[in-house]
Amino acid sequence: MIDAVLSMSGMALAAGIGLGFAAKKFYVQADPLGEKLVGALPGSNCGNCGFPGCQAYADALVASGADGNVAINLCTPGGTPTIKQIADILGVEPVAAKTDHGPRVAYIDEARCIGCTACIKACPVDAIVGANKQSHTVIVSWCTDCEACVEPCPVDCIDMVPVVTSLYDWRWEKPAGPNAQVAA
Amino acid sequence: MLGSFHGGVHPHGNKGMASHKAIEPLPMPQRLYVPLHQHAGQPCDPCVTVGQKVLKGEEIGRSDAWVSTPIHAPTSGTVVGIEEYPAGHPSGLTMLTVVIDPDGEDRWSDSIAGIADPMNAEPAVIQERIRWAGIVGLGGAVYPSFIKMTPPKGKKVETLLINGAECEPYLTSDERVMVERAKETIAGIEIMMHTLPTSKCVIGIEDNKPEAIKAMTEAARSYNGIRVQPMPAMYPQGARQQLVEAITGKQVPSGARLVDIGLLVHNVTTAYSIYEAVVHGKPLITRVVTVSGRGIAKPANLETLLGTPIRNLIDHCGGMKPGVRKVILGGPMMGLAVDNLDVPVVKGIAGVLALLQNEIVDKPEQPCIRCGRCVQACPMSLVPSEMAWRAKVNQLDVMPELHLNDCIECGSCGFVCPSNIPLVQYFRYAKLAIQADRRAQKKLDMDKARTKAKAARVEQEKLEKERQKEAMKAAMAARKKAAAEAAPAEAAPAAPAAPATETVAAAVATDAAPVAEGAAALSDAESKAARAARAAQAARAARAAKAAKEQA
Repeated sequence: MIDAVLSMSGMALAAGIGLGFAAKKFYVQADPLGEKLVGALPGSNCGNCGFPGCQAYADALVASGADGNVAINLCTPGGTPTIKQIADILGVEPVAAKTDHGPRVAYIDEARCIGCTACIKACPVDAIVGANKQSHTVIVSWCTDCEACVEPCPVDCIDMVPVVTSLYDWRWEKPAGPNAQVAA
Repeated sequence: MLGSFHGGVHPHGNKGMASHKAIEPLPMPQRLYVPLHQHAGQPCDPCVTVGQKVLKGEEIGRSDAWVSTPIHAPTSGTVVGIEEYPAGHPSGLTMLTVVIDPDGEDRWSDSIAGIADPMNAEPAVIQERIRWAGIVGLGGAVYPSFIKMTPPKGKKVETLLINGAECEPYLTSDERVMVERAKETIAGIEIMMHTLPTSKCVIGIEDNKPEAIKAMTEAARSYNGIRVQPMPAMYPQGARQQLVEAITGKQVPSGARLVDIGLLVHNVTTAYSIYEAVVHGKPLITRVVTVSGRGIAKPANLETLLGTPIRNLIDHCGGMKPGVRKVILGGPMMGLAVDNLDVPVVKGIAGVLALLQNEIVDKPEQPCIRCGRCVQACPMSLVPSEMAWRAKVNQLDVMPELHLNDCIECGSCGFVCPSNIPLVQYFRYAKLAIQADRRAQKKLDMDKARTKAKAARVEQEKLEKERQKEAMKAAMAARKKAAAEAAPAEAAPAAPAAPATETVAAAVATDAAPVAEGAAALSDAESKAARAARAAQAARAARAAKAAKEQA
C-alpha cells in the first residue's frame, strides 16, 4: 500500500517539476499580431489615423479583430502598401486607400516661409531644417508624407507634392502574362 | 585546353552587315548631350557652369565617391545648359546632362599629356590615370576600370583575360578595333599587365572573327606571355563568368569576385582606351559604335563622340528603311529598345540597331509547357522557369534560394523558350522589386529611428526645462530668504523679530522714502533682495486689489 502511494506521488512530483520547468523554458510570447502590425506601420506617430500613435492604432486593430470596427486604411503616410501589409497580417481583404494620391512629400515655399520653426517642432522625423527667421526646407528623402507640418504653419506655405519618379527608383513592369490581351 | 561553358545558345550572328566596314569618324554633331552618369556607381556632379567655354578633354563632371569616374568634354565649345535630358534608359526618363555647343575647333585642353615611360611608371600613377580618364568596362557593364586595375590587398591576379568574344549578334565594334588597332590594343594590354602586375594574358576571340584573330596574333607575337585564344562562337561567351569557364575551365563561385580565383577580365576596347589614356593622355570621350540591322540603309562602324544623339548616327548611315519595328541600344540579346532617337551615345553603348519585323520576336506569351529548354540553355545553371513562376505570383522571398542575383540577364532562356515567355523581363522585374522593397524597409526603419530620437530629445528638453524651473524656484526661495534676513537689518527698529511675511510688508512699508537712502547704501546682494521683496509685495498688492475688485 505505502509503496503504491509513494511511487504514484513520486511520479506526480517528477511530472509536476518537469512540466513547470518546461512551461518556463519553452514559454511562447502570446499574440505577435500587435507587434507585426506595429512593424508594418510607418512608426512616425503622426496621428492621422485618429489614434494617438502607431502602437495605439495597432492595438485598436488587434482589439477590433476581424469584425472590422477599425478600418485598415486609416494610415495615410503608409498608403496602399501599408494597407496591403495590414490586410495580410489580419487575414482580411485589402481595401482601397482613403485618398489615392500615391507617395507625396512636403514642400516649403521658401519665398513665403517666415522662419517661425512651427513645422520643425511638428515634424516627427526631423525632416525639416531651418532656424529662427531663416527659411526652412524639407529633406525630401526623410519626409514620410504624414502632413504633420501642414497644419501648424501660420502662413500656409507648406504643400504636399507628389514624388517624381527618377531614373534611380524606376521599376520594370511585370510582364502581362499569357492571358493578357494582345494589343492590335 | 579550351573547354566550353554550361548552357548557351547559337543565335544567328548577323555580323556580316558591318564586320567588313572600316571605322569611320562621325562628323561633329550640332550639339552634344553628355549625361553625368555613364558608369556603374555614383553619378557625377557637374563642375562647369552654363556659358563656360570648355576645351576637349576637360573635366565637366566628377564625384567624390570611390565607385565613380569623371566625365570629360568630348570637344571644345560652350556649355549651353546643364539640364534634365532623356537618357538611353528603358524608362525613357531624364538624367542630368551637360549640353555643349561645339565651336568647331576641336581643340584639346593644354593639360593633355601622356605618361612618358609607362612601362617604368609606378602602378599607382597608371591607376590614377585610368581613373582620371573616366575609363569604364566598355563591354557594357561600365564598371570603373581603375577599381578592377587595383587588386585588393592580399589578392593577386595570376592571369589577365582580355574579352574579344563579342558574342552579341550584329555588333562589330570590338572586332573592328582589334583589326584596325591591334598594335595599340596590345600595347594597352602590356601596360595593364605591368600595372597589375601579372605575366600571363589570354585574349579570347570567337572564331567568327578570323581577321581579328589574325591581326591580334600578329601584334602579340613579339610579347611573351600574351596568347590569343580562338574560341568557337557561342552566346553568351562574352559574359565574364562564361569567358573564364571557356578559357580556364574554372567556375566563378556565386557571389565571389574574379580576383578571388586569381583572374581578371577586361574588354578588348577597354584595353585600347587605357592605351590612349596612358600613352597619349586622352580621356574616354569617344567610342566605336556599330550602326546595323536590316532597317539601316548603310550599316557602319562609327567613331562617335560621347553625347551624340543616336539620330545623327542613323542619319549618317543613310537613315532608316521603312518598316523598322524596334531601335535597340546595344545588342539584340541584352540591349534596350528605345522610342526616342534624341538619346545620346554613352560609354556603354556598343551598337545602335534598327530591326525590321523579320528580325524580332513579338509573339504573345503562351503558358509554360515545362519543356526545360531554358534550364538547359542557362549559362549560370539556374532554373529560369521556376524563377519566372515565382516572380509571376510575387513570391520574392524565395528568390535568394533560386539565386536570382546570379542571373546575368543574357536572355538565353527567353531565346529558346517555345512559349515566347519573356523570362528576362520577369527577372528584371523581380530584381528591381526586391531592391525597392529593401529600400522601402530601410526607410521605414530609419523613420522609426528618427521618430524615437526626436521623441527622446523632446522628452530630454522637457526634463531640462523642468530642472531649470526647479532651479529658478530654488533661487527665488533663496532670495526671499535673503530678503527676509536683510529686512530686519534694514527695518530693525520697526519689527526686529517679526515673521518673514510681515518683515517683507514692513520692508515695503518703509519703501516710501527713508529706506531708499539706506537701500542705496546696502551691498549689491542686499539691494537685490530688497528689490525682490518689493516686487513680491507689489504682486501681492495687485492680487489683493483684483480680489477686492471681484468682490465689489
